[in-house]
Amino acid sequence: MQATSTLDQAEAPPAVKSRSFKRAFADVREAWDHRELWGHLGWQDIKQRYRRSVIGPLWITISMGTTALALGLLYSVLLGAELPAFLPYITAGFIVWNFILGCITEGTDVFIANEGLIKHLPAPITVHVMRMVWRQILFLLHNLVIYVIVMLIFFGTLSEPYRMTENGPLQPGLSWTIALAIPGFVLLAVNAVWVSLLFGVISTRFRDIPPVVNSFINLVFFMTPIVWDASILTKVVKGDPEDGAWRMWIAELNPVYHFVEIVRAPLLGHTVDWHHWAVVGGFTVVGWMLALVILRNYRARVSYWV
Amino acid sequence: MVSIDVWNASVDFPIFDAKSRSLKKLALGKVGGKIGSEGRVPIIEALHDITLSIKDGDRVGLVGHNGAGKSTLLRLLAGIYEPTRGQSRIVGKVAPVFDLGVGMDPEISGYENIMIRGLFLGMSRKQMESRVDDIAQFTELGDYLQMPLRTYSTGMRVRLALGVVTSINPEILLLDEGIGAVDAAFMAKARDRLKNLVARSGLLVFATHSDEFLAEFCDKAIWMDEGHVKMFGSLREVLTAYKGFDPFERMHPHEETPVLSGNGGE
Repeated sequence: MQATSTLDQAEAPPAVKSRSFKRAFADVREAWDHRELWGHLGWQDIKQRYRRSVIGPLWITISMGTTALALGLLYSVLLGAELPAFLPYITAGFIVWNFILGCITEGTDVFIANEGLIKHLPAPITVHVMRMVWRQILFLLHNLVIYVIVMLIFFGTLSEPYRMTENGPLQPGLSWTIALAIPGFVLLAVNAVWVSLLFGVISTRFRDIPPVVNSFINLVFFMTPIVWDASILTKVVKGDPEDGAWRMWIAELNPVYHFVEIVRAPLLGHTVDWHHWAVVGGFTVVGWMLALVILRNYRARVSYWV
Repeated sequence: MVSIDVWNASVDFPIFDAKSRSLKKLALGKVGGKIGSEGRVPIIEALHDITLSIKDGDRVGLVGHNGAGKSTLLRLLAGIYEPTRGQSRIVGKVAPVFDLGVGMDPEISGYENIMIRGLFLGMSRKQMESRVDDIAQFTELGDYLQMPLRTYSTGMRVRLALGVVTSINPEILLLDEGIGAVDAAFMAKARDRLKNLVARSGLLVFATHSDEFLAEFCDKAIWMDEGHVKMFGSLREVLTAYKGFDPFERMHPHEETPVLSGNGGE
């Protein structure tokens, strides 16, 4: 039996290449157009996780609250910090960290976990990332309840200039700057998208990456000033007051510190330091460029790799 | 105008085993000299050199043996797989119906599943809300729609999925076989809706082994064999070549199911 080609083929193949920045941008843009879909799915993820439990999503809040309380009590003693200043510090830091942690660990798994959907429905791959980040934002909103409670309790201390530790810098206290937490968080979320796009695509190809990331992320937690305060690094142990200055680099060289700080500092009425914004801005630009290059080259490969 | 054009497209799947999927191997391989990372990965050529042009109004049946590449071709046409070599262009909104279970969550209620499934098929929330009652009526599931999906029988799930799928307004409809497992009376109803759905869509590609479905919904056919398009032409021509006899000649009224003859009376 011969193939009878009765085709009247359309004009010459289009010049549109599969690997182009145009397609990479289109993927992100179309994902935004699909916001009703990922919005609904992310919301569903939260509802489903606690469907058969009695107090539902409040579990997220309770576990966060107990962890923050226990660590706050412990570390305020260890570091000789004032509890009314330190407990809000740990709470806010933990809430931001949990968001970052969720985005990175689930980001590595984002395409692998959605294999069924990717192979059955033609959707921009960024949709799956958006759903995951949106879910993490909803988790964060749950945790924010703890922040509000802690704030109500310690408002007296935080509303005036205060020090976290005896020799720590004087913090100006809560003021209008608290509003800066919102652009700070938006910037953090924008970064979360490129991080999980990048890690997600690489992890789909190389399945070593998720376990590697999961084991290193604990180290990052301990290296980041969350349960300890960055000012402690420069604390003069003995003699020369210039002696401790270099230790500040332990925090400064850690990108996560800057991301935490742009959201946490306004929430606590700390001095808002412009250089954190500059560093985060730089990461946003460079990171998105990197993610777009990855999207350009490997976007179409993801459905083959999952 | 909706259309799907494919030029000399191939779909190759890299088969990573645990070893070649690790970074270590890639890094070590680079040290030793120029060995392409992809080059060492075995490849399965699922589709080879496909050239097709499907236009608005075409109703194409997809036939071929198991493993001939029917499902992969449907995914290529849906844009899920972009060709590894060659080009493809898809103009129009694609509604793929490959697996009635995808996008269904066993823990949530039937109503919520209707909504999610619809969103996946490119509907908006508002559009789905206006369709929910119609779907509920069609599925005849009644109060069961409030129950989580895990309490449903297989047939009930198929009803729900069919209800959603047949309520949408697709531009490009891609159907894979697997629409079964429901009782005859319901199938008659589903057929009517499926017929309407096909009539509303701009372009249909339907992979199935059922001659009845092909005769009812399609006027053209593609015969896939070992990842090639062996033949593309009118339904009767292709089916005759594929089966070695003309199936329409043998399709006597008394052999048809009561369902089909019921529809034939229209």
